[in-house]
Amino acid sequence: MRRRVLPGFGLSLGLTLSYLGLIVLLPLAALAWKASDAGAGTWLHLFSSARVIAALRLSFGGALIAALLDALAGLLVAWVLVRYRFPGRRLLDAFIDLPFAMPTAVAGIALTALYAPNGWLGGWLALAGIRVAYAPQGVLVAMAFVGFPFVVRTLQPVLENLDREIEEAAESLGARRWQTFTRVLLPTLAPALLTGFALALARAAGEYGSVIFIAGNIPMRSEIAPLLIVQKLEQFDYAGAAALAVIMLGFSFVLLILISHLQRWSGRWAELPA
Amino acid sequence: MKRVALLFALLSLLAPSLAPASGGVTLLNVSYDPTRELYRDVNAAFAAQWKAQHAAAITIRMSHDGSGKQARAIADGLPGDVATLALAYDLDTLADRGLIAKNWQQRLPDNSSPYTSTIVFLVRKGNPKKIRDWSDLIRPGVQVITPNPKTSGGARWNFLAAWGYALKQPGGNETKARAFVKALYQHVPVLDTGARGATNTFVQRDMGDVLLAWENEALLAQRELGKGRFEIVVPSLSILAEPPVTVIDKNVDKHGTRAVAEAYLKFLYSPQGQELAAKNFYRPRSPQAMAKYAAQFPKVKTFTIRDVFGDWRQVHAKFFADGGIFDQIGPGG
Repeated sequence: MRRRVLPGFGLSLGLTLSYLGLIVLLPLAALAWKASDAGAGTWLHLFSSARVIAALRLSFGGALIAALLDALAGLLVAWVLVRYRFPGRRLLDAFIDLPFAMPTAVAGIALTALYAPNGWLGGWLALAGIRVAYAPQGVLVAMAFVGFPFVVRTLQPVLENLDREIEEAAESLGARRWQTFTRVLLPTLAPALLTGFALALARAAGEYGSVIFIAGNIPMRSEIAPLLIVQKLEQFDYAGAAALAVIMLGFSFVLLILISHLQRWSGRWAELPA
Repeated sequence: MKRVALLFALLSLLAPSLAPASGGVTLLNVSYDPTRELYRDVNAAFAAQWKAQHAAAITIRMSHDGSGKQARAIADGLPGDVATLALAYDLDTLADRGLIAKNWQQRLPDNSSPYTSTIVFLVRKGNPKKIRDWSDLIRPGVQVITPNPKTSGGARWNFLAAWGYALKQPGGNETKARAFVKALYQHVPVLDTGARGATNTFVQRDMGDVLLAWENEALLAQRELGKGRFEIVVPSLSILAEPPVTVIDKNVDKHGTRAVAEAYLKFLYSPQGQELAAKNFYRPRSPQAMAKYAAQFPKVKTFTIRDVFGDWRQVHAKFFADGGIFDQIGPGG
């Protein structure tokens, strides 16, 4: 057997597999097992119900938009935090993780209080005729909130390792600022940006706790798919709930695979001569 | 090593709160959300009485959450000794799973509901939209706050109260009731998942003109938030909500706590128990306790589930199951 640099390959692989099995695979298997109780009728009903489709569209469509917003804003915030030195930078940096630490229900209630028609922001927005809380827009706000740290935290280390000299070289070779950004910086950052985007997307699609407070939860308009799952559970319809969960997981899985393909493609793009 | 020792020290601090209380009997009462204040009083009084009569200590633990969620928790193994929930349907599902006897509702007086409540309207100070009865709720420009009957037990009472009102109007029939309830839900801007969430939406977020609420919640909200901000409107006709109680047979037999669990539930029917219910804004069954607290409970004409709908299983299948009437007429439906 070939000697490895670090000993204990067998032990660490065993631990990896058992931990992964216990924490990730076993619950997923239990879910699949419950979903297998669902008959063909249940599946057909789920796929043909206008309400289920509307809820899935809101959960995944909303998550896509929210993750896109997070990617744009996250890129800017990560750039500012890494490239500039200003008082309060470390404090600001610490704030980024708060959406991770906060119980989602607290986040949902806080956002609702802020954006409700009688809230600080909601009052002004209402004057402008914009509704956020108790509307699909509210779902976007909550989703953007919970996904934001993923983008910043995946971009930061990459940005820190990015040599300023590359930009200077680009400039001295005659690149304009926009060209430096699109041809030099963006290709290098793209894989990390996509990772952050994918994580924010996955988190937002499955988000329940913060969204239900702000959404209004009106069927066909502001009802998210996880709420439909909870409604099925309330009726002791375990099989239907599990089946819907499997559909959501399937969507997420396909999206994540697409993104990882995009990542590989962007990785190659970075190596091509500009 | 020090860290490990510290960790163990911390764990040993936590351990006593996880282990059952030593000495005496422990009961776990699995209840729904708005009964917190009621059972705090009941538990203290019952423990004192038990100690006086049996010279033994008794500890009663509480678990509170939405009624349907609690029934599911018991079905999934929460070792409760008694269940005091919002809907008989939730206990029927436990009977179906063999956790309680099929005839649970006949074991105690008054359909095993020691106290009742009804559905009333909470409106803003001065009642600016002049809401007096159910028919006012579907006037243009009126917004109604009520939670989703698919996720909230309280919301099912609201739905059925509205349905029964429409049905019992002169010339009322199923078609008219359906049209009325459909119109009502067109006036609902937010469907919260639970009753407390709906109360918050109405009270804290200033959403809506009227909140459909349990009378006990409305009275509690009025007391906690100050009399000035809200007014209670009693409609011409409402539903008699009967929150049921039962021992959980499978668990009390396992724990050997049947005698004390049954005594605990009987205590709810005793003069003292009835008075505590009234004090906590639940309508007592006993006429004496009712007379004593008459000022707090305005006269209201009510109908029961049995009068209008048969039993909860039929109600659930007809109105709230997937594809049922609520799905057909609910908002957006």
